[in-house]
Amino acid sequence: MLQRINLAHGEGGELTYRLIKDVFEKAFGHGEHTKHDSAIFQCKPETIALTTDSYVVKPIFFPGGNIGKLAVAGTVNDLAVSGAVPKFMTAGFIIEEGLPLKDLKEIVHSMADEAGKAGIRIIAGDTKVVEKGSADQLFINTSGIGTVESGHKLQPKHIQKGDSIILSGTIGDHGIAILSAREELGLLSDTVSDCASLNGLIQSLIHTIDGIRILKDPTRGGLATALVELCEDFHFNCEINEGSIPIRNDIHGACDILGYDPLYLANEGKMILLVDSKMEEQALQVLRSHPLGENAAVIGQVTGTTNSAGKLYLKTPLGTTRSLQRLAGLMLPRIC
Amino acid sequence: MDSMAPFSDPVLSQRSAEAVIQLAKQYIQLNGRKPVFMEVCGSHTMALAKTGVKTRLNEYVQLIAGPGCPVCVTDQRTIDSMISLSKERGSILCTFGDMMRVPGSKHSLLEAKTEGKDIRVVYSPLDSLRIAEKNPDKEIIFLGIGFETTIPLLAAAIKEAEQRGLTNFSIWMTTKLVEPVLRALLDAGEIQLDGFLLPGHVSVVLGKESYSFLTEEYKMPGVISGFEPVQLLSSIYKLLQLCLENTAEIINDYPYAVSSSGNAAAKSLMKKYLQPGDEDWRGIGTIPNSGLVLKEKYQNFDAKRKFKITIDSPRKTKCRCGEVIRGLTAPEECPLFSKACTPANPIGPCMVSAEGTCAAHYHYMKEE
Amino acid sequence: MCVGVPSKVIRLEENRALVDVMGSKIYVGILFVPEVKINDYVLLHAGQAMTIINEEYARESIEEWRNIIDGQHGTLF
Repeated sequence: MLQRINLAHGEGGELTYRLIKDVFEKAFGHGEHTKHDSAIFQCKPETIALTTDSYVVKPIFFPGGNIGKLAVAGTVNDLAVSGAVPKFMTAGFIIEEGLPLKDLKEIVHSMADEAGKAGIRIIAGDTKVVEKGSADQLFINTSGIGTVESGHKLQPKHIQKGDSIILSGTIGDHGIAILSAREELGLLSDTVSDCASLNGLIQSLIHTIDGIRILKDPTRGGLATALVELCEDFHFNCEINEGSIPIRNDIHGACDILGYDPLYLANEGKMILLVDSKMEEQALQVLRSHPLGENAAVIGQVTGTTNSAGKLYLKTPLGTTRSLQRLAGLMLPRIC
Repeated sequence: MDSMAPFSDPVLSQRSAEAVIQLAKQYIQLNGRKPVFMEVCGSHTMALAKTGVKTRLNEYVQLIAGPGCPVCVTDQRTIDSMISLSKERGSILCTFGDMMRVPGSKHSLLEAKTEGKDIRVVYSPLDSLRIAEKNPDKEIIFLGIGFETTIPLLAAAIKEAEQRGLTNFSIWMTTKLVEPVLRALLDAGEIQLDGFLLPGHVSVVLGKESYSFLTEEYKMPGVISGFEPVQLLSSIYKLLQLCLENTAEIINDYPYAVSSSGNAAAKSLMKKYLQPGDEDWRGIGTIPNSGLVLKEKYQNFDAKRKFKITIDSPRKTKCRCGEVIRGLTAPEECPLFSKACTPANPIGPCMVSAEGTCAAHYHYMKEE
Repeated sequence: MCVGVPSKVIRLEENRALVDVMGSKIYVGILFVPEVKINDYVLLHAGQAMTIINEEYARESIEEWRNIIDGQHGTLF
């Protein structure tokens, strides 16, 4: 087999066939499904969660993962934070010609690994090869299907004043890991991306804690943007304490060097949890007994519900508050 | 760093704020009004807003943002020139991230990049030399903005380029100096000030002595400050003390970073490559000798000589950044503030730069 | 005006130093701090060390400031 992907791999002929057989089927193990143009499967109960996402991360390999692991974990997390049990997913690969075959194999294998860990099956896929320069090495598009068990639904309607806001761990790890891996700004960091599937942790929360109002994974745009979106969509005001937000020292350091605000850095293995304050301690216990939630912390409270879009406030160590907005445009390093 | 940690300690910050408020109350009792201080440096503006110091002191001390945000004081025509520079054939424009979103008359560098122009964000001016070495067939132009903290880095880049014999590297100098603009502000007499919170990092280069004109010629006290909450509060406290004692003095409240005479190596490098030149300041106009430009001898590295740029007259907007920079207008008094002009869609540079008065206000002060 | 970050020098080369800011590292120029030594703290701006931070002065400053606010509270409260 050739060492690099070329345009013929996407022409539907012999090379495409070999690529599917040798790379994708081998990793995802679904020979039966590939005989049809669609995957046909049964799915119970009737409440279904469906999500789609595209992954264009640069570089495609980074400390703590690669674009494939990210695509599976990202899809799983989108389903899981909606309260669904992830079941099936699809993966469409847009490959820039010239991508080393061994890179593709490694990526596909880590997808299979991550899917195995998360208990989701990759049951349909597609491959397209585009000319050099038409894509940046590899893009992956996914769809995910999950089922929502009755009795374990999230209750955003019950959000009320005093509800606790819990964060499952440190912020900014993914953002800084990617930045450092890009080597563009000279930042040297041992930071590893937090990229991980959260569905196991979320299921144990949903099954043991009553009063979970809502879950959200603060991916691009970071913690602040995710919370602003929750406040606006679910009509509540909240206040988070600057000093309570878990953040690693090296992330602080990297942000100081480049002039970034960690509140806006991307995360790929963290979640925000709004929960009845009476259940706060129990929720923390469940989170902290899981490796993906060991640094969980209460970062703030809901301060009231509103009739329209709510606001996010940050309490400074001086005791003053200021409102936070969603990320405005690109994050750029600054000297001023 | 252990010895610096207490400067951001929350408990000490709160006690420091109490101390400042006590002293400010004395001032208010004596004078029947709040003391009015200008923080010259934009990073101070941002730190004061972000840490909550400004909000905490709001009732007791009036803090006015000064002209020390290099992005904000960059003239519209200069930004337009930079954007048209990016259209030069075979050029790679390198810039600090700060400049990317600043709107010119038609669009920003970020938009120019989206159109396919080769514009790169670098962390250090020296990074652009590496780009020049890797691209010998391209002209690399660095957008040289900044005050005295940053200017030595531009001089260092010229020195390196000279040593490496690079002929495809030049800097578009549009630097700004602290003393001329403070003089211009004070001479105009438009704002009533009781003292200056002086920029910590500019002072690293210039030294405490460089501010003697303030006390000698303008009888104006000043305190050189760091950027953590305790440093800011301590400096404001000392400024209040000077005002209460009616003493026009300069206090160096950042002595572990700032010396009396500044950084000799940085100063001599600037002196070797650069000389004073007139600069256009947004909202203020041209101030004679208020910037540093390349000496004739180094004109090969001067992008302004290398490339002839023609630009149209800048478009007029209702943006009042010019007055905001001079401390005459508060951001919310501008008709565009938080309506047509937001950090996501900025019209004036004060809304673009994170340390711009309007952006700091929008992010950190706005309650609703 | 200018971002400046205290960072610790952990490796020294002829023209540059590797500095550490709470675990994140970056190479910086040392043109303006020719006397810099390993373990010094420098103030970092856009890839250059601008000055060496005098830790002793920093400790003295914070002590002096504590005394001022203690003194003030002593007389006022």
